[in-house]
Amino acid sequence: MAHTDHSGRPVVAVTGMGMVTSLGQGITDNWTRLTAGRSGIRRITRFPTDGLKTTIAGTIDAIAHEPPTSAALGLRIAELAAEEAVAAAGFRQDDVPGPLFLGFPPVEFEWPQRQAIGAASGANDHVGYTDLFRGAATGRFAPMHAQTLFAYAPEMLADRFGTRGSPIVTSTACATGATAIQLGVEAIRRGETSVALCIGADASVTQEALIRFSLLSALSQSNDPPEQAAKPFSANRDGFVMAEGAGALVLEELDHALARGATIFGIVEGCGERADGFHRTRSSPDGAPIITCIRAALADAGVAPEAIGYINAHGTGTPENDRMEHQCVSAVFGDRAQHLPISSNKSMIGHTLSAAGAVEAIFSLLTMRNGRIPPTINHFVPDPAIPLDVVPNVARDADVARTLSNSFGFGGQDVSLVLAREPA
Amino acid sequence: MSDRDALITGIGLISSLGEGLDAHWDALNAPPFAPVLDAESYPPFTLHPMTKLELDRQIPKRGDQRQMETWQRLGVYAAGLALQEAGVKGDAELLGRTHMIVSAGGGERDVAVDEAVLSEIGKQPDPGTWLNERLMSDLRPTLFLAQLSNLMAGNISIVHGVTGSSRTFMGEELGGVDAVRVACARLAAGQGDLFLVGGAYNAARPDVHMHLALGGAMRTRGWAPLHARMHDGGGTALGSVGCFLVIESRAHAAARGVTPLARIAGVQADRSRRRPGEAAANADRQWQALSPSSDAVILTAASGAGATEEELAWLDARGRPTRATTTALGHGIEATFPAALALGALALSRGHLFAPLEDAEAPFAEELRQVVVNCWGHWRGEGMALLAAA
Repeated sequence: MAHTDHSGRPVVAVTGMGMVTSLGQGITDNWTRLTAGRSGIRRITRFPTDGLKTTIAGTIDAIAHEPPTSAALGLRIAELAAEEAVAAAGFRQDDVPGPLFLGFPPVEFEWPQRQAIGAASGANDHVGYTDLFRGAATGRFAPMHAQTLFAYAPEMLADRFGTRGSPIVTSTACATGATAIQLGVEAIRRGETSVALCIGADASVTQEALIRFSLLSALSQSNDPPEQAAKPFSANRDGFVMAEGAGALVLEELDHALARGATIFGIVEGCGERADGFHRTRSSPDGAPIITCIRAALADAGVAPEAIGYINAHGTGTPENDRMEHQCVSAVFGDRAQHLPISSNKSMIGHTLSAAGAVEAIFSLLTMRNGRIPPTINHFVPDPAIPLDVVPNVARDADVARTLSNSFGFGGQDVSLVLAREPA
Repeated sequence: MSDRDALITGIGLISSLGEGLDAHWDALNAPPFAPVLDAESYPPFTLHPMTKLELDRQIPKRGDQRQMETWQRLGVYAAGLALQEAGVKGDAELLGRTHMIVSAGGGERDVAVDEAVLSEIGKQPDPGTWLNERLMSDLRPTLFLAQLSNLMAGNISIVHGVTGSSRTFMGEELGGVDAVRVACARLAAGQGDLFLVGGAYNAARPDVHMHLALGGAMRTRGWAPLHARMHDGGGTALGSVGCFLVIESRAHAAARGVTPLARIAGVQADRSRRRPGEAAANADRQWQALSPSSDAVILTAASGAGATEEELAWLDARGRPTRATTTALGHGIEATFPAALALGALALSRGHLFAPLEDAEAPFAEELRQVVVNCWGHWRGEGMALLAAA
């Protein structure tokens, strides 16, 4: 008999997972270090930080990539995460039988590239875009054209893994990774495909990107020591820590996975989303969009709030986010919110931005599979206004059957996922 | 006919030809076609500049206007127009369950800052530290929000109250194709009844000119319509375009009592490595899957760069009348497919095709029943849609 969910739709299983973060490469190392409460946040060495208010990040420094750009590193870690996920799923590395949904940050030219093009123009005193046109026309930088297109990373990954059809590259700010998963879930539920490769990847720690977030006053300035900067839900939290990472998931129709004997790492039971029209960087003060989003995820999964055993928080460590997340979780879960474990992976890996939704969905699945909740580290000064069980500082054994994973982003992007250990 | 047919019930289109469907229809039916061009602002490139807009009409708060750069304003404006045409604008109940898929690129650079930095950085003893100081003091704090790809959608949520959901697809031309394709697939499967889909592109940006020029894609020899241009070196003439479509199920449109402009009968998208013949092979498969009627006409959003010669040869072999929407509007990258779809839907709603845009395009005076819209990315990606009378 076919496995279907409460709405008669195919059940969506996770049959492959892979990741790279500042904690390391691969599921095993990441999980070991995450549950040991280790931090991947370090001093930035990629570019000079003199004169900057924030000088730390969760960078990925040891992975070779060419050219030396943010986009190339993002693509490389996406590829590494996908290799691991595809291997775990038991598909050939060049023959993934389904579409690709990639969450990736907007690709941009970087200063060294502009400088090189400007230099090639021969301009000396004043270098303007007219000069850059002339530098571009030399043809010496032709590969930069494709490499700086948004279509480049998804095309390269589609080539590499043999995914089917037009690859989609999406951005919903800090909810991007969760949106990539949602797109895959929807495609499987529609019966378009039995398999989807969903990736979130981000390697945005560049000079200008760091400065932009800094100018928005979004970043922690607790530079010393770096590993204590990210302190979600603490009274002294002072912003998020930029970080790099990639998470890849092979989603698969449960019956398709069972028929070929694949390992089932968990189930994506529900996806909820909502756009918040209040402000570009702030949530509606009443929390209605986030509350609606979480409730939509629960409804999509066909479960009541009581069924959730753990919340993998968005938990950025900005004063605003954590306050709002507490308010909204309390509204949905009522009195139970105070006793429901909720922890933030970002306390250790930082905010992996476009990757966060995918990376944290994988950590949520590992939490259930391994029966151990990763902690919120750096929780030394609890915020009395946030009376939640944030699993402070030390991982905890727990039997968790169902997890809510939240992702909220600039531009009013709210996405929540309900993940289960096994089919209902 | 099915309750879950995907109908276009509102179009917001702004371009060099004007604002709204009537302005476009008039400009397209005054042969010989006269494009609106700007050859002065960014030599040696010729652009199709955006028509003058009264922003207050769709973005009433000056504060909102200030928080955006041009590409976002174009998108928010076009989205407002589409919602208005579909009778959705201002209806909180409908907006609260409108699902948005935006095809977006990245936002404008601060050109003055870029040029000042590039002019001076070479003279600095410690360029890295100097750049930190300059960017910390010269970048406007809110510029980032005007650059982020998903903030076109974010601003549409803020200004127009579209809050059902919000997703942004990137990927240049195919981002636009996939936005429509995914919206239609969700609609057919009951994963939503009401969608706002589209994008906007600001062509008046030296940073994007530089980007395309790196790949030799920009036309530098003066403007010509697409077919004539391809006999004279080819190349892309960019156009500023904003286009959003309200797409909804037949049952939903009927319940609201709105008159649809056209039906989206199918959308196909695929990729290839663009070895000779590969894009055409994708188009063959897509044509077969969509199986247009023998009297269908074809609109193409060909860029003039990349595989356009292969595309025009493939189109020619169909033996059907064609129109190049990029001759009319310029190439609008992320917005180019939604805009081509809009012109197709417009023609279907009027019952006949618009006039040829150059001598190479054949007249077609018969009743219009089906329109194929073809869109190949200037680098990669092949998309095709079939539109039919509603």
